[in-house]
Amino acid sequence: MSLWIWLLLACVLAYAWKLVGYFVPAKLLEDPRMSRIAGTMTIGLLASLTTVNTVASGQALAADARLGALAAAAIALAFRAPFLLVVVVGAGAAALLRLIGWN
Amino acid sequence: MGLEPAETGTTAVKLLASPAVRVGISISIATGLYGISFGALSVTSGLDFWQTMALSLLLFSGGSQFAFIGVVAGGGSGIAAMSAATLLGMRNGIYGMQLNALLHPTGWRKYVAAQVTIDESTATSSGQTDPDEQRRGFWTAGIGIYVLWNLFTAVGALAGSGLGDPKQWGLDGAAVAAFLALLWPRLKGREPAAIAVVCALATVVAVPFVPAGVPILIAAVVAALIGWFSHGRSDEGLEPDVDPYDEHHGRRDKSRDAHLDNQRDSHGDGHGRAGQAGA
Repeated sequence: MSLWIWLLLACVLAYAWKLVGYFVPAKLLEDPRMSRIAGTMTIGLLASLTTVNTVASGQALAADARLGALAAAAIALAFRAPFLLVVVVGAGAAALLRLIGWN
Repeated sequence: MGLEPAETGTTAVKLLASPAVRVGISISIATGLYGISFGALSVTSGLDFWQTMALSLLLFSGGSQFAFIGVVAGGGSGIAAMSAATLLGMRNGIYGMQLNALLHPTGWRKYVAAQVTIDESTATSSGQTDPDEQRRGFWTAGIGIYVLWNLFTAVGALAGSGLGDPKQWGLDGAAVAAFLALLWPRLKGREPAAIAVVCALATVVAVPFVPAGVPILIAAVVAALIGWFSHGRSDEGLEPDVDPYDEHHGRRDKSRDAHLDNQRDSHGDGHGRAGQAGA
């Protein structure tokens, strides 16, 4: 039940971010630092989420089939595969590696 | 609108002739489709069908939605999931400022526009130069993606809940691939790549020492500090997951690129966007 609360709060805050943009004075747009932080934070968060989902197992680090998924996805992206195909390739690589015994 | 049927017909034809509407429709389909992967991953992360739908209907921002379920899947707390999703949503505030300056929505339209203010609708709109086209692009992509993203989230969630053991299907690998695919288009140039590497390393170092979910927030702080103290492009990292103008019709629109390059200030490397002009 408590997950619902955090989830709904996340929804409210997401809408608040969006709405704030429409109500702040346009002057703020002239300060490039705000949008720079929004940008670097987007990169940092996505890099971190990629890392956590690849090597974290709770509070431990693990090298398992997910590393293969990361490599396969990178190759697919280098060949400019569309998003959905990249996801399928990642799943396929992890499933295949587990099938041949690498967890 | 009170139009006669014949008039509605010609309006529809006119709308389809609009480049922004056509780009908006194709980006809606491309983006909406990957709602399937969100839906499937969300239910295998431990969220139920309605929690998954609530994220797509109410939160409606791909990166933040994946962040929320990514933290939950890794054993993180609800508050950590909320924090990661919220920090990732900050850029939508920047988009809101750009779009407000571009489209000047009034009254209730402001509140609707805010909900569909995401990477792709902003990119579709700011990629156009004519104000009417900017407006059409924004609304077509925004509403189109909203409808299709929710539809395909539901499809994915229903399919995902029947899958059994998610690991056997490599769904944890799918999550890895999804995050890399969200990150990838934002790694244009050396500095974004360096930021990504630094934040990945900070994450690896932090994992054994703090509760699950927290390493992501530490990386966010590191990234914010880099943003505060460095002086690179001001639109770094603000690229859409799926670029509406990138080879969707088989080739790049050279005239648009040239136009954008002219509008932008000198520190760009050709990948910024028009809404940032003069920053």
